[in-house]
Amino acid sequence: MSNRYARIGVQVVLLALVYGIVWALINAGVIDDYIQATMATICINIILAVSLNLITGFTGQFSLGHAGFMAIGAYTTALVTMEYPTTWGFLGGVFLGAILAAIVGFLIGLPTLRLRGDYLAIATLGMAEIIRILLLNFDFTNGAAGLSGIPSFVGWTWLFVFTVGTIVLISNFLHSSHGRASISIREDEIAAESVGINATRAKTLAFTVGAFFGAIAGGLYASYFYFIKPDLFGFLKSIDILVIVVLGGLGSLTGSIIAAILLALLQTFLQPFPELRMIIYSLALVMIMIFRPQGLMGSRELNLASLTRLTRRGRAAEGAS
Amino acid sequence: MTEILSVKQLTRNFGGLAAVSNVSMHLTQGELVGLIGPNGAGKTTVFNLLSGIYPPSSGTITFTRGEKVRELGGRKPHSICRAGVGRTFQNIRLFKDLTVLDNVSIALQPNEPNSLLASFLHLPSHQSAEVRIREQSLELLDIVHLRDKAGELARNLSYGEQRHLEIARALATRPTLLLLDEPAAGMNPAETSGLTDLIAWVRKEFDLTVLLIEHDMSLVMRICERIYVLDHGIVIASGTPTEVQANPKVIEAYLGEEVD
Repeated sequence: MSNRYARIGVQVVLLALVYGIVWALINAGVIDDYIQATMATICINIILAVSLNLITGFTGQFSLGHAGFMAIGAYTTALVTMEYPTTWGFLGGVFLGAILAAIVGFLIGLPTLRLRGDYLAIATLGMAEIIRILLLNFDFTNGAAGLSGIPSFVGWTWLFVFTVGTIVLISNFLHSSHGRASISIREDEIAAESVGINATRAKTLAFTVGAFFGAIAGGLYASYFYFIKPDLFGFLKSIDILVIVVLGGLGSLTGSIIAAILLALLQTFLQPFPELRMIIYSLALVMIMIFRPQGLMGSRELNLASLTRLTRRGRAAEGAS
Repeated sequence: MTEILSVKQLTRNFGGLAAVSNVSMHLTQGELVGLIGPNGAGKTTVFNLLSGIYPPSSGTITFTRGEKVRELGGRKPHSICRAGVGRTFQNIRLFKDLTVLDNVSIALQPNEPNSLLASFLHLPSHQSAEVRIREQSLELLDIVHLRDKAGELARNLSYGEQRHLEIARALATRPTLLLLDEPAAGMNPAETSGLTDLIAWVRKEFDLTVLLIEHDMSLVMRICERIYVLDHGIVIASGTPTEVQANPKVIEAYLGEEVD
């Protein structure tokens, strides 16, 4: 038990350090607006990838509709903060959006999660498209022009809180009986059912939780970048998120985090070469898939325990040589 | 003796093929019954019907546990499992990329329900449930001699060990009726003999009723009290091992008709 609290303590200290250092750098002007925007993209992509990984990587349900949940979160947050431009309004909007997305996820998951593999992918793709088309045609969403001038309440603090919060909550979920039930379905659905796991319930739960956090990412996006339109949440956005998940490793949270950071950095470094950017980016994806088809991390996790194991092994190797 | 399983007129068609037709059988509390028959006779289909993987085309499956009498036909596998019917699979279906311990824990956890909030926040109730699940899982692994392999991935176990793990996982669901689908398939005689003892022991220890499919006649004849013989989806004989062995229909099913 005390071991557990010690571990949590170390993690809290490390997180506080990261938060503090970045906060100081921003205030000192070392991190400019451009780098901040990249960091916001990274944080939002981490939340999206981690929540999709829960659905696709851990529960094994191939979903191509994550941008739909993001859209629900973004539009709800935008509309609520435009009505109530306060921090509470922003937080209310984010949670309302997340709850709405969870309800949509539940209602859509219940019938579609009976489908398997590619059939499910098509069904979730359809769902995201329906959400996008609805946003395009409603009056209160301002159609194709989208919503602009959304009051911004998102700074480093909220990005950090929501990103870390999402990772901690989803990681806790995965390390509980609910999470084990989800993973058992990925491993073998018939066997899971035969040992008393209600597969429909577990899959719908994972889908609902994933939708909830996907919408939080959408809310942060709307509030950070002032402007949203339906096109931002199309099929390609879902693919972008899926690319991060697959690249990081299906079934590895830390993989998703690392991949989200790497891809954003790659995009940023390629910014000066617009004509080559997409080619190099795509080439990098192809290379990674050829040399690491299981993703950067496979289904392993990088954490304090594995790090200490690594250093110990390193020391042991030194001692032997 | 109370009857715990009563199957009446059970039929399952796949398209035009009757894989199982009008099978009736019954098991009384504590019995160890064998289900044998040539390949393709429909034995595994009977198991899949009993455990809910397919719904029956017609017929009833009545399962009694204590005071509760339930109709199992048409229920989902997880609901049948929780009613008290555990099973193993002929073509081993472990969670291969999970640890041996997790394989058992997953089967145990429906008995230790935990709220969603406790899981998200890892509240003390979650912690204590985890400790209980872990301890009980390790106890079950002890029974099948896999405790020292608790941290290994299931796929790295030997074939015989995987079969043992399947039994431990089925026991973790706390069944009163255990369905074993060819538990000794692919084992050498020494392993089979060890398995036979294990089955006899868990049956006593857990107060189980066991129905098993098996091709290894040494195992069947040694531990089964009664045997049903299935051929082409029909029960062609039933009775004690000696009765069944002497039954001309059974000999015919296995060896073919005698030439005059």
